[in-house]
Amino acid sequence: MTSPYEHHDYDVLIIGAGGAGLRAAIEAKQRGLRVAIITKSLLGKAHTVMAEGGMAAAMGNVYEEDNWKVHFRDTMRGGKMLNNYRMAELHAKESPERVLELEQWGALFDRTKDGKILQRDFGGHRYARLAHVGDRTGLELIRTLQQKVVSMGTDVFMECKVLRLVHDESGAIAGCVAYWRPSGEFVTFAAKAVILATGGVGKSWKFTSNSWESTGDGHAMALWAGANLIDMECIQFHPTGMVWPLSVRGLLVTEGVRGDGGVLRNSEGQRFMFNYVADMFRAETAESEDEGDRWYDDHTAGRRPPELLPRDEVARAINAEVKAGRGSPHGGVFLDIASRRTPEFIRRRLPSMYHQFMELAGVDITRESMEIGPTCHYIMGGVKVDAETTATSVPGLFAAGEVAAGLHGANRLGGNSLSDLVVFGRRAGMGAADYIEGGAGPSGFDLAEVQLAVKDALAPFENEDGENPYDVQRDLQEMMQANVGIIRTGSEINFAIEALGEFAERVRNLSVKGGRAYNPGWNLATDLPSMITVSRCTALGAAQRKESRGGHTRDDFPKADAEYGKVNFAHSLANGAFDGAITTERSALLSMPAELAQLLEEGK
Amino acid sequence: MANVTMRVWRGDASGGDFESYTLEQNEGEVVLDVIHRIQATDAPDLACRWNCKAGKCGSCSAEINGKPSLMCMTRVDELPEGPITVTPMRTFPIIRDLVTDVSFNFAMAAKVPALLPPPMPEGGYRMFQEDVARGQEFRKCIECFLCQDVCHVIRDHEDNKAHYAGPRFFIRYAELEMHPLDTNDRRDLIREEMGLGYCNITKCCTEVCPEHIKITDNAIIPLKERVVDAHYDPIAWLGRKIRRREKKSATDAAVQPAP
Repeated sequence: MTSPYEHHDYDVLIIGAGGAGLRAAIEAKQRGLRVAIITKSLLGKAHTVMAEGGMAAAMGNVYEEDNWKVHFRDTMRGGKMLNNYRMAELHAKESPERVLELEQWGALFDRTKDGKILQRDFGGHRYARLAHVGDRTGLELIRTLQQKVVSMGTDVFMECKVLRLVHDESGAIAGCVAYWRPSGEFVTFAAKAVILATGGVGKSWKFTSNSWESTGDGHAMALWAGANLIDMECIQFHPTGMVWPLSVRGLLVTEGVRGDGGVLRNSEGQRFMFNYVADMFRAETAESEDEGDRWYDDHTAGRRPPELLPRDEVARAINAEVKAGRGSPHGGVFLDIASRRTPEFIRRRLPSMYHQFMELAGVDITRESMEIGPTCHYIMGGVKVDAETTATSVPGLFAAGEVAAGLHGANRLGGNSLSDLVVFGRRAGMGAADYIEGGAGPSGFDLAEVQLAVKDALAPFENEDGENPYDVQRDLQEMMQANVGIIRTGSEINFAIEALGEFAERVRNLSVKGGRAYNPGWNLATDLPSMITVSRCTALGAAQRKESRGGHTRDDFPKADAEYGKVNFAHSLANGAFDGAITTERSALLSMPAELAQLLEEGK
Repeated sequence: MANVTMRVWRGDASGGDFESYTLEQNEGEVVLDVIHRIQATDAPDLACRWNCKAGKCGSCSAEINGKPSLMCMTRVDELPEGPITVTPMRTFPIIRDLVTDVSFNFAMAAKVPALLPPPMPEGGYRMFQEDVARGQEFRKCIECFLCQDVCHVIRDHEDNKAHYAGPRFFIRYAELEMHPLDTNDRRDLIREEMGLGYCNITKCCTEVCPEHIKITDNAIIPLKERVVDAHYDPIAWLGRKIRRREKKSATDAAVQPAP
């Protein structure tokens, strides 16, 4: 085959340059393979930089009692047992080594008094477990991995947007087709294996902590290419996003504020979280403010305060307080660290939060409470993968990081994402390398798929009286926020499924003004098909899961149902079109070995 | 609220001009919000970079009323009344509108010799907070390249780009030089190929740094002392050697396995 466009040939192609993609590249490169990374943005700007609080790893530097078994237990319970147990096990066992390895590559974590890596408390983790650098841990992670990747001489294609994966004749992955954002010119890549590391989907909601990049490209491309998506209904609404001014609504406020002593209050000044402790967490949660306050200094002197319950619990509680009329002036609640810690402590431990509120909201968090509310933050669902290799059901296609599903079950614990990126990013690199060294690889490169993707991408230039992509995006965000948001109900979900059909038609009828060179309107037009596909899967999963579990809350089915706890909802697509028919089926969870199941019973 | 008028430079490498947009002003908005509203309505093809919209990724660098700034951290209500002028960073070649070709910086990044630590002992390295704190200040850098943009060594002299790394990379070199585990010696490289001597410490870089890194005082001046003195002054060179040895022994102590 001869591609009619600029063409490149690699062994391993990695789509996405966040933590997972970069870590995968390091691993594949160390195996002597020809590796390229493709990213929509510049190198080092991926959403990983937004991670604040830290990366969870049971290193036992602050509490010796900590070990992988406790981390495994916390992850499974936080995920409401919907997790792929094997991923949770590998993650808990391997994350300490992955953190230490970062120091060999230049990371500088905050230290304990005896010179080890300091670890901080976060929701749902029994012990102080998050390795961190103030409240900018994600930046440290991405910069460290970026500098390592660059020092290894890896090829990085920046501001290059992948449109579609390309198969060979047998249906194995053979590469992808993309375009350069600066010039608008198309480019094709042949590869023996492709690793998706494209992050999340949050841009389909109105209030989100996610950047413009989080449009679910990898989720959608995997589904179009024949892989399965699972748990797409499980979306994490982070309890603490900024709510005012409107222009920053949704912007993340780190859980580290609560880990370091901050508490949530309603308009009556009450620490309302004590009223929202679910039975599952009662035995490990403080009963009084005094007990919770003692815990900060010594975890054996009291139990954890309810502000540090898993994120889904806290987000629902905030939502309920606002609904009950006890919210803050701008529709959130108050997060107060000013009355609990000294200004010096706050500025040292939470420097970015201090500046973020000072500069964007005019609020001094060392003197005043912050107004916060839930914001769409993370999707637990994604591409169904094998725990050991991150392989999908499509030969040659791998996935790691937020785009992959399984590790976090129905709800992710804070701090488990950065460790996910390095544990499974490395495994994706290994999985792809093993696949190639085993002699597997594509035969051919389906140019028809390339031509179809190019034709679809250029269609909005030929349509003169279609819609502005920005109008469609805004309406989609409002519709998803209103109907498939933090609290859901059957009739609204069904409305969303219907509406998404109409949105697909609107996406088929877009118009783009201007040329192809660095045209954000056109870029958005090429993102919208992915946004529609992932939103459809989320709505379909939400309709089928008639229970409440983790990041999926149904007003009409407010309790968890044990039967639903045994299954994931798996989506597949027959014809590869973003608006094609999606089949949603139950798929049984892996059954857990008895010795691991035993761990979950301990200390209940 | 009142209206806001924004004069945005539109064009490409072949030339361009200012275009004015007048919109209603919303409470608490930053410059990037207004740019986004222009994109969503009048000019969907207005090119700008952005990602996090929270001052953490360093993508939305531009010159606002002539001052190198992050568009996401510049509040409209804190700018002087009257039209706001937004132009691309002047030091880098234009791609389109507010987007510039910043590949110079990535080329410089590729030339940095990596950290070279001793083998990691079991249980990890031991380092102390006071020893990592200096490097941590420089690692706050979000690579917005505003310091590169404002630095007159390359802003006014295009040909200097061939042999001048710029403030962003001087803090990178300073970070590595001060890293408690590092054993690599980059001093000749910094002096001979990275052009540290061209910097005449006018502190413009420090002034525009959105992370408030004291680039000149904490990175460039100490780096000049290490590099230049070590080269020209035999006593400083000797002192450097001795301090180097101290650092080395401190490194040895830091890598003892945990008891």
